[in-house]
Amino acid sequence: MTFATPFKKLGDQSLFFFEAVGRAGIFLLVCLISMLKPPYKLHPIIRQLYFIGSRSGFVILFTGLFTGMVLGLQGYYPLAKFGSEGLLGSAVALSLIRELGPVLTALMVIGRAGSAICAGIGIMRNSEQIDALECMAIDPIKYLLAPKFVASILSLPLLTFIFDIIGIIGGFLVGVALFGVNQGTYFQGMYSSVQWIDIEMGIVKSLVFGLLIVWIASAKGYFLHLERSGGFGAEGVSRTTTDAVVISSVSVLIWDYLITALMI
Amino acid sequence: MSSAKDQLAIEMVNVEKTFGQQRVLKGINLPVAKGETTVIVGGSGQGKSVILKHMLGLMKPSSGEVRVFGRDLARMKKQELYEVRKDYGVLFQNVALFDSMTVFDNVALPLRERTKKSQAEIARIVEEKLALMALEGAAGKYPAQISGGMQKRVGLARALALEPKIVFFDEPTTGLDVHKSNEIYRLFHATQQQLKYTAVIVSHDVPKIFKLADSVALMAGGEIQGCMSPEDFQRSDNPLIRQFVEVTMGPIYTNDKEEAVSRETV
Ligand SMILES: Nc1ncnc2c1ncn2[C@@H]1O[C@H](COP(=O)(O)OP(=O)(O)OP(=O)(O)O)[C@@H](O)[C@H]1O
Ligand SMILES: [Mg+2]
Repeated sequence: MTFATPFKKLGDQSLFFFEAVGRAGIFLLVCLISMLKPPYKLHPIIRQLYFIGSRSGFVILFTGLFTGMVLGLQGYYPLAKFGSEGLLGSAVALSLIRELGPVLTALMVIGRAGSAICAGIGIMRNSEQIDALECMAIDPIKYLLAPKFVASILSLPLLTFIFDIIGIIGGFLVGVALFGVNQGTYFQGMYSSVQWIDIEMGIVKSLVFGLLIVWIASAKGYFLHLERSGGFGAEGVSRTTTDAVVISSVSVLIWDYLITALMI
Repeated sequence: MSSAKDQLAIEMVNVEKTFGQQRVLKGINLPVAKGETTVIVGGSGQGKSVILKHMLGLMKPSSGEVRVFGRDLARMKKQELYEVRKDYGVLFQNVALFDSMTVFDNVALPLRERTKKSQAEIARIVEEKLALMALEGAAGKYPAQISGGMQKRVGLARALALEPKIVFFDEPTTGLDVHKSNEIYRLFHATQQQLKYTAVIVSHDVPKIFKLADSVALMAGGEIQGCMSPEDFQRSDNPLIRQFVEVTMGPIYTNDKEEAVSRETV
């Protein structure tokens, strides 16, 4: 333990960090290229769509509904105080379409599919199944990961769309059915205030989030053996999966801010 | 000289490999002749599997070259490496079956991904390979639902599914009963006659494996101690080889008559 030890440690850690980031960046490029390169196989993509997309449906319906209802509840009182409860529809719709829809959907998908992708790939790495693929001259990136990339990038906008719709219905239930806001004004306010740019922002966000989620989850799993702690065994997989969930959640929130700042 | 080189499927030249502080391979020179069976023997933890992983291109040497059909694996592009591996059939020591696929799908995977065969034809080939390994009843089971020896045999069926030009078997008969391993050896012999593949086999099954071998290499102390015919191997003066032969085969054979007798009984 000398004076320099902590600095050396810091240096090692930052070197390791930048190495991992660089590796993940190259990995992303390789994945995107092999995703776009033929041959395309439909069946694995559909399976992944089912896994990432369709099986997240219920969670999305549930969270969407309650988010919309809470928005209705939270929005109603302050708006009613100024006699402008007619704005409730637009308040609910705008917050869902621009922010809450994409972000909450992404967080739900991270919890459901991102973690599963990371753990699944990590276990395959650990038990040499990825090496076995390589030795059969089957490119694991094309075979295992490309379908997940396609499915994740496609699923997120669709799930977000469902989240938004069901959320608006949730707001409607609370605002119109519970508080008696006029049904016409609820939807009229929405139509007149939601612009194409808002929808565009929602779509851009959900596409970016879809890519972020699948990228971080697969990179973490694929490079499990290069983790600093070694990534060994069951503990290695569970630690790496936790990391993947945390990193992708944080990244989603950071990118949410960046995209909003760029597009607003 | 060049014609001798042409006869080589794989050649390891001065391959060194270090893991952190540990020098596992200290300059390996190992030729693998085309169409022949090379057997690598040696104590546990000596680096036999590491040698195999270098030949597969899964590990890169710290220094030295691994040439497959004359070309250095380390200098190949990813796509070229896949081209080379299209001729490979590999059985890992831990088998590495795809654990969320059935036995059938495991064997079918290389056929599905690498050929344009119809489903019916694939099914026919898979059934045939499974029958060869006496696994008819196991097609619908998952790797976790079959025994260790059965997993080995599924791994072999998968490795042979595409009729490879070079096979790499890491301990193909470890965990099999005597009868099954004899069957497997007979099968290797028959398929090798038929397909004329080059084989690299790591095995602890000495002396039985010698019957299959065209040449035997002993891995000890991070180096290959001679790579020679089984007969020469058993008579070698190299102290490490002598020691290995004595330990695994009992006292060394003294004359050809005795040797013939004991070779028949094994
Ligand atoms: N990925 C790795 N990282 C660090 N060390 C390794 C790695 N792979 C192998 N080794 C080391 O290399 C040495 C040789 O291992 P190897 O698996 O080749 O042995 P082996 O000869 O195949 O033994 P066995 O007959 O028991 O299978 C061992 O000491 C092992 O600890
Ligand atoms: Mg081994």
